[in-house]
Formats: sequence, structure tokens, C-alpha cells
Amino acid sequence: MTYLDHAATTPMLPVAVARYTEALGRVGNPSSLHTAGRRARKEVEEARETIAEAVGALPTEVVLATGGTEADNLALKGVFWARRAADPRRTGVVVSAVEHHAVLDAAEWLAEHEGATMHVLAVDAAGRVDPEELRALLAAHAGEIAVVSVMWANNEVGTVNDIRALADVAHSFDVPLHTDAVQAVGSLPVDFAASGADALSLTGHKLGGPVGVGALLLRRDASCVPLLHGGGQERDVRSGTLDVAGTVALAAAVRAAVDDAPRRTVELAALRDDLVARLVGEVPDATLNGVPLDAAPVGGGPARLPGNAHLSFPGCEGDSLLMLLDAHEIECSTGSACTAGVARPSHVLLAMGVDEAAARGSLRFSLGHSSTAADVDAAVAAIGPVVERARGALARS
Amino acid sequence: MRVLAAMSGGVDSAVAAARARDAGHDVVGVHLALSAKPATMREGARGCCSVEDSHDARRCADVLGLPFYVWDMAARFSADVVEPFVAEYAAGRTPNPCLRCNEKIKFSAVLDRALALGFDAVVTGHYARLTDGVLRRAADAGKDQSYVLGVLTAEQLAHAVFPLGDSHKSEVRAEAARRGLVVAEKPDSHDICFIPSGDTRGFLDERLEQAPGELVDAASGAVLGRHTGVAGFTVGQRHGLGLDRPAPDGRPRYVLGIEPVSRQVRVGPAEELDVRSVAAGRPVWHAPWGTVDDVVVQVRAHGGLAPARVTVSEGSLTAELHEPLRGVAPGQAVVVYDDDRVLGSATITATA
Repeated sequence: MTYLDHAATTPMLPVAVARYTEALGRVGNPSSLHTAGRRARKEVEEARETIAEAVGALPTEVVLATGGTEADNLALKGVFWARRAADPRRTGVVVSAVEHHAVLDAAEWLAEHEGATMHVLAVDAAGRVDPEELRALLAAHAGEIAVVSVMWANNEVGTVNDIRALADVAHSFDVPLHTDAVQAVGSLPVDFAASGADALSLTGHKLGGPVGVGALLLRRDASCVPLLHGGGQERDVRSGTLDVAGTVALAAAVRAAVDDAPRRTVELAALRDDLVARLVGEVPDATLNGVPLDAAPVGGGPARLPGNAHLSFPGCEGDSLLMLLDAHEIECSTGSACTAGVARPSHVLLAMGVDEAAARGSLRFSLGHSSTAADVDAAVAAIGPVVERARGALARS
Repeated sequence: MRVLAAMSGGVDSAVAAARARDAGHDVVGVHLALSAKPATMREGARGCCSVEDSHDARRCADVLGLPFYVWDMAARFSADVVEPFVAEYAAGRTPNPCLRCNEKIKFSAVLDRALALGFDAVVTGHYARLTDGVLRRAADAGKDQSYVLGVLTAEQLAHAVFPLGDSHKSEVRAEAARRGLVVAEKPDSHDICFIPSGDTRGFLDERLEQAPGELVDAASGAVLGRHTGVAGFTVGQRHGLGLDRPAPDGRPRYVLGIEPVSRQVRVGPAEELDVRSVAAGRPVWHAPWGTVDDVVVQVRAHGGLAPARVTVSEGSLTAELHEPLRGVAPGQAVVVYDDDRVLGSATITATA
């Protein structure tokens, strides 16, 4: 089996599995006052410190949550509510057109149910937000915006935004900035303090940790209204019994992924560049979406996620390609999956100006820590006949 | 063979897929997403296009160990089934969307794509027998669906597999339970899948600019009442005419004809519904052109059977009925049977 869908979820790192399974055997609620509770609390706090240290945050800034979706919702809604409460004129929410649905749909919900005004930032043909675009929008709506959310790196096409520059612009209008960094942490150099972001979402299962645990990094001075009410375990911003095993495993995975990133980034980028070059060699009219592979660095790191290869295959339906590749035991993605499993043209590609037919004929291959040259060879060997057959299917329908 | 099983999320298509696999075929399950905005949950017994149905199909494929995908056929379904359905009603005819779906979607768009992707056939949970390219009625007379498959050409039938033709529904449900398929007790879908509310009239009203017109007595021409639009009336319809006065003889009145241009709906007594001759177009015919006698025609999905003499030429079919039939609506199919064998099908254009 050739697994080229690491952006959807990546295998747990052995160190994370080991810490996870060890911890599962121990009892203890970190909020309990007895010995077992204190031991559990110690484990959680050590894990929190590890995570904080690895991503340039203070331990108190790590708000543990169930993953990217919860962290994104908490940031959007919680910061919106807090900012509006402090200044009722601030009812605007700014998001980029290529955000994950956890951000887009949260912003839409605020518009539909909380009287928010949603502003969508356009992106360029590579899927990147121009800080000057944000400046113009904030200048036109000075004093009206509660929160800005722009993703660190796009999950579909891998394009990296200059979060530092965007945060500087937002702050010059006294507006906090949230960034969805679930694809970035462990793949790109992420330093929360240096980024200037006020809030940052990360999740375990995209970097070698378990599913169901993640965090919102939230600046000490950022105010945020909770989504979940209860015991107030996490800074009174998030309630729910802490997941000791998940948190310990998350910390192990974050630590390992971040430590290994300088080496792995180079290795993955080389594999990815080889994959793209050879796929285009097999299918000469295939085109790479997102930034070029040799683009200048952004924010001191790669301009594109090192494991991301996103291509359009003219004359094909993405779901035909996916099914045929699956039959060849090659697992990739047509973009973001949808509730009914129905492939719709990606909102990310449409926002980049890709036409609907090309958007439907796209595949995302995403490499990760377990990827090898043999995976690249398998995909390259399969793609030619698969594209030919998929073209026949579209031509006949 | 490599076969593609169209899995609606219902019990029939799940068992059909299972039988195809047991027969030694290499089976891949596909759920057809026919609505661009599917409802999350199925409403009652109706429809097969919700996310819940898609989920049921996936669970059946999981239990059977079949690869499973969802194909987005919403645009084709809208263009080839829903829009013609609305247009046919607007023209005063009574379409059969299930038949059109078989003709244009399952055994055209889906089959073509399947063949191009390397499959040999499409398997469905229809109740009909198919051997050596000959389509016949199902063993379960109550579930027989040969009527809505009569429109398929020899080429389409050559790539179709109907594993349920020899079975009764009760056997299929028992088999589903034995196989551990969660849909074993799922209610049958009925009515029209894209109108889960069952309110065809309301569905048409939302999509057409309906204009009011007159209900007239077919014999005297007297205006008996008014209606809010012709689309939705069906020849033979008795209820929902909105006539508050009974006929002078106290007997019920039925729709006899629909005139979309003048927007007149002609009504009259039951015996005026009697039809002795049916003209139809676009025939699909599996026997030599010419005349066959002592065959049986069926003019709607349930019931509507009469012995007849049928003449077929390229482009038209006429049936002279040996016994009259009532409620024969233009737009419906006339399917011709020799005993249980389907000889062909055509779309009814006129009756006399």
C-alpha cells in the first residue's frame, strides 16, 4: 500500500504510540487532589511545557482541546465574542477565501446567528493572501473588525502565508489575528511568539500524534469567551476533563516532529520535487497548483509545505483518478472530503481562479514521515495508464 | 467480470451486490449522489438520496468487503431526469422519472463511465430477469420492475446484471439479515426520490410559472371550476380537482385531457377514460419490426394491463387494445410483453 495522504492524517510516531499506550494504563484525573490526581496533573503540565517550548509559546498559552476543529471554533467565536463585548462596534470577521471549513463555517455561523459581518480576503493564483489586501480591508473597516483568521499553510495546495506580516498589519489596526497552523506545525518552522499571532490552532494527528487531541495557542493577554462551559480546566476558556494520555502523546509527537523537521523537511521536499517532476513527465499536460517548487522562502521557511504535491490532470474527473489509483493500492486525495463523500470542486482552487473542470480533475499527493522513494516510484508507475483511462471515462460521459 | 454495483443504501441493491460477489465477480460499490444538496436524514420511507442513505450504502459495502465510492451524478440527474420531469408536466404529460433514471443515468451515464473505467457491467437491485439479453418479468409479481427497465436497449442490457429477478422480496430481506446487513428491515422507498415530501404538485409549483385555467366538462364545454395551473394533473386523476359541485348524475368526474396552451383541463365520467388505441413514440424494440398480436401491454408502473395487437415501425408504436384500459396518460411508457418477456417499450403520445 502506498499512502500518499499524510495531509489527511499521518501515522503516529513510535514514540507517541509508546507514551500513549503507557499512559492509558494509569488512572488519575488531573483535577483530583490525591496522589493519582497529582501524578496525572504533573504529566499534563510537563507535556504542556514540552509543547510550549517546541512551538515558541508559554505553557500558560497552551489551551488543550480536541483538535483543529475545536481550536478553530474557539478562536473564531471566542475571540469574536470577547472583542464585541469590549467594543460593540466590532462585529466584523475577516477570513481568507481558502480557509479550512472549520474556520469558514465558524465565520458563516457567526454571520448567520450572531450578527457578524463576514469579510473574505481574496488570494492570488497560488492561494496566498497579500498583507496589503488585509491592510486595505482593515483600513476600509477601521474599528469594525473583531478578529482576522488566515491559515499558516493551506491543507490542499500547501501554500504558506507570511503570518508575521499579516499579524503586523492586523495589530496596526488593533485587531487580533488567529492562524490555523494544523498543517504547519512539525512541517515548517513555527514560533508562536515570533509569529505575532494572537491565537494558533494545532492538532496531533497531522504531525504524528493521536486523533482527538490538539491545542489552541492563545496569548496570555488575549481575551476569549469559552465555547464549552463546565469545570474551567483550561484557563476558564475551555472545560472538560483533561486527556492525560492524549496530551502526553501529543507532546511526544510535537517534540519529535519539531526536532526532526530540519532534516525531514529537506528530505520530503526532495521526494516531493521528484514526484512532481516525474508525474509531469508521465502526463505532460498536468499542472502543479500552488506556488512553484523553487519559490522564494516565506517567513524564513519554505513557501510550500514540503510534502505537498497538488496537480490538475486535464480531461479527468478527480474521483475517477482516485478510484483507479486506489485499485492500484495508491492512496491520495481529491481535496477536502465532504460529508456525503461527494467530491465537489474545491473552494480553494476556485478561489485561486482555477476553472471548475480543472478543479474537478485535481489530486493531492501528500508525503509524510513514513514516505519513501518507493512510494514515489509506485505513484509514477501508475499515473500514466490511470490518467488515460480516466480521460476515456470523462470523454464518454 | 468486473462489475460496478449501484448501491442506493436500500436492501435490494445491497443484496444484489452481495450476490454478484458470491457469483465470483470482482465488485465495486458506488453510491450515486443525485442531489447537489442532500438532506442529512432520510424522511420516513421516502427517497434514497440523503446522507443517511449514502452512509447505509457504505456500511453495506463495508460488511460485504467491497471497495466503495460516491459518484456525483447530481448535475446529470438534474439535467436528464428532474428538468425533463418538470417540462413533461408543463406540457400536460405524466412522466415516469424512475424509467428516465434507468435510461439516462444508471444504464447510460453510470454505465458509460464504468465501461470506460474498466468495468464490464452494472449490477442493480431491480426485480427483473435477464438471461441472454432477454428481459423478463421478475418471479415476485408484486415487485416486478421490468416496466421501468423496458426502455433499455440491447446494448444497455448486455451490460446489466439483475441478481434479484428470481427472488421474492421477503427472501431478499431474510438474506440481508443473514448477511448482517443493517438495511434488512429498512422500509421500501416509494414515490419519487427527489420529492421526499411526496408533494409533486408543490414541487412543480416551485419550479414552474403556473397560470390558472378552467376545468371544463368534456361533453358540454361548460366551465365547472378553475385550477391554479395545468402542471401536475394526470389523465385518470379523480382527487384534488377542487370541484365543489358533483356531476348532475352524482357520479365522480375524472381528468380526461390536459391542454397546456389553453390551460383547459377536461373532465368527465369514468367510462370516457376508456382507451382502445394507444400511440407511442421513441420505441425500443427487441423483436422484428411489424405487427404482433395477442401480446400484453402495460401502460403504467402498477396495473394497467391489456391484451393487444401491436404494430411497431421505426419511430412509432401503436397498440390496438382487445379490452379497454382506463387512465392511460401521455408521457408514460407502454411496455409490450409476450407472456413474461419484454418485447419493447415506447413513450405514449396519444390515446383514442
